[in-house]
Amino acid sequence: MTKQVTLTIDGIQIDVPDETLVVDAAKKAGIDIPVFCYHPKMEPVGMCRMCLVEIGRPMINRSTGQPVLNEDGQPTMQFMPKPETACTNLVSEGMVVLTQSESAKEAQKDIIEFLLTSHPLDCPICDKGGECPLQNLTMEHGPGKSRFLFDGKFKMEKQIRLGELIVLDRERCIICARCVRFQEEVAGQAVLAIDDRGRGSEIISVSEPGFDSVFSGNTTDICPVGALTTTDFRFGARPWELLSAASICGQCPVGCNITFNTRREAKSAGKVVIKRVMPRQNEQVNETWICDKGRFAYHYAKSKERLSKPLLRKDDKLKTTSWSSATKLVAEKLGEAGKDTIVLASGRLSNEDLFNLKSLADGLGGKAVLYTEMGGGDLVTQIGVGQGTNFSDMGQGDAIFVIASDLYEEAPIWWLRVKQAADRGAKLIVANSRETKLDKFANFVVRYSNGDEVKTVQDLGGTGKIAQAFSKADNAIVLFGSDGLGLEGSTHLATACANLLEETGHIGKANNGLIGVWPKANDQGAWELGFHPEPDLAAILKGKAVYIVGADPANDNPALAKALKKAKFVVVQDLFRTATAELADVILPAQTYTERDGTFTSGERRAQRFYAAVPGLGESKPDYAITSEIAEKLNIQLEGTSSVLVFEKLAASVKDFAGLSYAKLAEVTEQWPIVGRGDLYYGGSTYENTQGLGVQLVSASDRGETVSIPKVRNDAGLRPKKDELLAVPITKLYDRGTTVAPTEFLTERIGDVTIALHPEAAKKLGVEAGKRVKISFEDVEGEAVVKIDETISAGVALVPRSMGLAIREPVVIKVQ
Amino acid sequence: MAHILLRHREIPRINEIDIYEKNGGFKAFKQAVKNMEPTEVTAVVKDSSLRGRGGAGFPTGMKWSFIDNNSWPHYVVANADESEPGAFKDRELIESNPFQFLEGMAISSYAVGANIAYIYIRGEFWELTATLDEKIAEMEKLGYLGNKLFGSDYSLKIYTHLGAGAYICGEETALLESLEGKRGLPRVRPPFPPSFGLYGKPTVVNNVETFANVPLIIDKGADWFKSIGTPDSAGVKIFSLSGRIRKPGNYELPFGTTFRELIYEHGGGIIEGRPVKAIMAAGASSSMILVDDKVLDTPIDYASVRKLGADLGSASVIVIDDTVSIDWVINKTLNFFEHESCGKCTPCREGTYWMQHLSQSIHAGNKRKQDVDLLYNVAKQMQNKCLCALGEFATMAVVTGIERFPQDFNLEVRE
Amino acid sequence: MLAEKYPEEVKQILGRYPPEQKRSAVMPLLFMAQREEGFVNKEAKHEIASMLDISETEVASIIGFYTLYHAKKEGKYRFQVCNDLPCALRGADKFLEGLCDKLGVQVGETTNDGFVTIETVMCLAACDKVPMFQTQSPNGIKYYENMTIDKTMELIEVLKMADKEVK
Ligand SMILES: Cc1cc2nc3c(=O)[nH]c(=O)nc-3n(C[C@H](O)[C@H](O)[C@H](O)COP(=O)(O)O)c2cc1C
Ligand code: SF4
Ligand code: FES
Repeated sequence: MTKQVTLTIDGIQIDVPDETLVVDAAKKAGIDIPVFCYHPKMEPVGMCRMCLVEIGRPMINRSTGQPVLNEDGQPTMQFMPKPETACTNLVSEGMVVLTQSESAKEAQKDIIEFLLTSHPLDCPICDKGGECPLQNLTMEHGPGKSRFLFDGKFKMEKQIRLGELIVLDRERCIICARCVRFQEEVAGQAVLAIDDRGRGSEIISVSEPGFDSVFSGNTTDICPVGALTTTDFRFGARPWELLSAASICGQCPVGCNITFNTRREAKSAGKVVIKRVMPRQNEQVNETWICDKGRFAYHYAKSKERLSKPLLRKDDKLKTTSWSSATKLVAEKLGEAGKDTIVLASGRLSNEDLFNLKSLADGLGGKAVLYTEMGGGDLVTQIGVGQGTNFSDMGQGDAIFVIASDLYEEAPIWWLRVKQAADRGAKLIVANSRETKLDKFANFVVRYSNGDEVKTVQDLGGTGKIAQAFSKADNAIVLFGSDGLGLEGSTHLATACANLLEETGHIGKANNGLIGVWPKANDQGAWELGFHPEPDLAAILKGKAVYIVGADPANDNPALAKALKKAKFVVVQDLFRTATAELADVILPAQTYTERDGTFTSGERRAQRFYAAVPGLGESKPDYAITSEIAEKLNIQLEGTSSVLVFEKLAASVKDFAGLSYAKLAEVTEQWPIVGRGDLYYGGSTYENTQGLGVQLVSASDRGETVSIPKVRNDAGLRPKKDELLAVPITKLYDRGTTVAPTEFLTERIGDVTIALHPEAAKKLGVEAGKRVKISFEDVEGEAVVKIDETISAGVALVPRSMGLAIREPVVIKVQ
Repeated sequence: MAHILLRHREIPRINEIDIYEKNGGFKAFKQAVKNMEPTEVTAVVKDSSLRGRGGAGFPTGMKWSFIDNNSWPHYVVANADESEPGAFKDRELIESNPFQFLEGMAISSYAVGANIAYIYIRGEFWELTATLDEKIAEMEKLGYLGNKLFGSDYSLKIYTHLGAGAYICGEETALLESLEGKRGLPRVRPPFPPSFGLYGKPTVVNNVETFANVPLIIDKGADWFKSIGTPDSAGVKIFSLSGRIRKPGNYELPFGTTFRELIYEHGGGIIEGRPVKAIMAAGASSSMILVDDKVLDTPIDYASVRKLGADLGSASVIVIDDTVSIDWVINKTLNFFEHESCGKCTPCREGTYWMQHLSQSIHAGNKRKQDVDLLYNVAKQMQNKCLCALGEFATMAVVTGIERFPQDFNLEVRE
Repeated sequence: MLAEKYPEEVKQILGRYPPEQKRSAVMPLLFMAQREEGFVNKEAKHEIASMLDISETEVASIIGFYTLYHAKKEGKYRFQVCNDLPCALRGADKFLEGLCDKLGVQVGETTNDGFVTIETVMCLAACDKVPMFQTQSPNGIKYYENMTIDKTMELIEVLKMADKEVK
């Protein structure tokens, strides 16, 4: 039981819960006690000794248990004979803390001097200069000059790579172990450690690849000196030259809040460019972290391959044209097609883009189709997770069920937060047909055969131990994905999950409900706005006018390429000249989400704003504006001048968005820990959120409406027959997708296209790990490198999506 | 007086189990398990005033009574890391009178409700540990360890665990980290081991010599024990006597014996009959005691040594004569501490390194006043700021050496 | 592979600790690994890590912390002479110097035949039996006390003979 206690810090009185550390209590009172090793999201270790302060506690009379009073009737204070660390001491009733006393200030100065005996004084050439806690604290608390006059300062090879992404400068490291502790405590991947001891201590990583964690970039934010830097940003710019723009990561459905740091630079021909991506605090979404994909895979936005002008097919050649002639032609053709129009769009687009596209399709009487290989979003729309859901609030008494998703690869920050909920005592149930990195943290691991997904969920409605853990939980969330599944399989799975949640009463309240681990950042938004996938897309394209936005079906699927060739008219709106664009009659250049503003809806149904960080490329325009320009020529009235107007219209017409506005999404409330202000040392260089925490949409369940969830049949999916090999798709974090591949230093992590086989299957086929094999199915052929995975069944092969092999759903293949 | 701990000096082969048994061995353990409540055992030890022999001198029975009974299981750990320069008493005990130590551990385990006990023993004692493992196996064979001992419900297993060369692992929380399979870094305290110890469970850590006292206390009673030694420091102490002494070695003497008796009667005096210049009573971690007749006549117990401006610690008495310069001694201690600093906290990691550099250059003949002053300053600057006592230990000889032997640093005598 | 070569011993080591705390076995397993070549090689590091469910980086950092574990090959026998304060007060430094002269190496170096590496160590709890040293080799750790240079040279010869016989 926590109780409130009152204490005084530098004369300021403050009430805090009794489990608060002195350093945090001071922070709440607006007093910055300097720290290096302490980080509010990690266990205190008291090792840097920077936070030394004087602490007095009221003397207690042992027999009465009451404070001893002095002659003024005040409690007599007992001060320890030596300064104490504010980061390891809990507050107590009547405590008096002095952070500015002679002895405290002396101690702080002494510690800085000790640190500087090892640390090089090369701030002018250090990457952290300008946002360096050590630099700042030295100015504030340090001695004037050093008395360490030996050659004994560290002299070491200046930079060593811990991996392709992170560089270590050992001379600068002050052994606060924040990075090591982050990897161990927060990320649960102890791939960093300290070698040697004493003054020989140094950070090492011997994993393969080096620093093998998708959270590695966070260590550069919390490193209080210039010891850890990213290969991406190091020596890229000085912090004080950078501007910042709030944004939302577009790489996965988590919706991490980020900040783009930009600058205008000569090296980029005077253009404003993004120099780095930093996390922006949103304690309900990503806390203060982001994954490496979000941090590093933004380079596509400035790729030289981007489309910058509209193109029109003439004499079977694509030639540049003006916007007006391009949109005129498109309007004409779509108008002619009328209800034979198909708008095919992906969840890469913003809510505003999708709303306009849907309105256009509706206006023409055509069809709005979501380009995806995963279904079930209409259920998530109805149930969602209850308003106020926050993984950080889940722990003892709660349950989380993850099925058919490799969260670490698909939505790393959810992986992190689910893992932490499990650390706090939430029952974690992980079901998959193969081993994933989440298994290690699960209370229950369910291994099913491919095809048994629905049955596995239904078993959870039973009376077994695992079923009880789920149904009896105070709160429960289900995360479902499409690991090993296509559209049909994942739709059935989603239905089964929705049934389970409804039966066990885990809907309509915070920390309960259903989350889809979608492949794209705004798939959930697309479902909310009425986009649905089409089971047999190829079949319906024939003879139609097709408006394809943010999708590349021709590249993903030869059957769709074929179908598109039979379409009547194809207009492609995209960032790149994709394989699909090559088949188009008209190509319209769109802007990336870094170049314009808008909103995404995360998998947890949180609508969040992003802001323009850099100017648009060439003549490119925001998707919603292009669509409105086309619509205008068809006499369909859409907003096109600004996204805020589109959103107003959207909020007025989509029930779950009712009452929302850009202003509302931009609201912030005080978050804990306090980060990103002047004192970067406290929480790291994560940005404070000043531009909006977003709003979680209300669902029908939240409103208490009865939701219509179809009953799912005990629908067994496809299973391999004897002597058959069933290839199933899985998702890899770093794939060859257009938003990842252009980041060159990720090439190694992307690697080759692989096919994972059970050792027995490999033996039967006469192939071994590392060998390249030919794969064929239907009329597709391809190659892949063999990997061995003992955890899958012998009849199944795993093939990653977006790596060049068009496996979108379970399919029988031949391997040679 | 016959030995209480180094009993092998009167009873040869007491390291063999049947000889130990014949000389009253395991009587106390059996008596405790069969006829005493655990709390009674703790009460006797508390009453005996036994203080820990590992250095800090903390009352042993009080430590046992702190064990947290709301959290289980409990563990007992013997600290056999013995790495203080000048300390070699635990080694002799384990080598020559192992069963008395093991029996003490067993009694302690019973008293605090531990069913598993570990002996954390420094890795260099590799051969000794192999022998100790055999001794433990013999106890198991004869029913002194194992399940349902002496027909009771009480079970106990004892295991050895080798360290691997790190002085810091003698610090009890670093020791526990090491036993958990981690780097031996000391923990922030509180919480202390009796509430949060091995694997986060309540744990009693005691020194080997401390345990070795226990069987006789249970057997002969608290009053018997208190009749030996001084009111402040009951019982006997094994002094590891080393340095410029004619007969270095371990001497078991009652607390209150004078330095003069220890050095001249037992240690045979100083090599070549030189005068004693300084005494380091707690190994390399000692304050340097400037020796005169008054010091030599001081009884050795915790309180009296403190009055000399020093600590008794583990009673590893290093004797220094007038042929030795104190700046050299300091340099040696700093080499040790610089090498053994674990590196976890800033002042110790950087301070030991800095001091070692300064003392090296001072000892190399560069006795500039400002260097000596700086060395003194850095040591002072480290004090009261480190995470564990090692950092503090590293400054003791430096500060007291410079203060008390200024002539060895070519400084005018400070008043 | 340790688990294949010494299955009983590995089991016995793991058995000393609670099953959910098997990480505790890392130190005994590292000593075991060193019996092979006098240092912990990469395969052993990998094997121990996976046996105990910890990362190889953690295993490496433990090797780095403790002075009795080695990550590199040196002489077959490491002669580790104590020249800490108490030993130095009784002539250890002189003994060390003489021994190095006799062997023609400096502290930290290995004799040409790769048999002996001379190292210094901190106090070994034998301050009353100076000069003293311990040897560390694949055969374990052994103390030699009250030594002289001649006795040490004889010891080296004896060890070399024994080594030849084994081969
Ligand atoms: C740096 C350092 C080294 C220590 N080394 C030892 C040691 O080698 N043996 C020991 O028994 N205690 C050692 N101690 C003391 C232990 O922390 C602890 O106080 C002791 O084991 C408790 O046992 P006792 O109460 O029986 O003395 C050391 C303490 C410190 C700070
Ligand atoms: S690299 Fe940075 S975070 Fe890691 S220990 Fe060094 S200073 Fe601390
Ligand atoms: S010791 Fe408190 S912040 Fe480092």
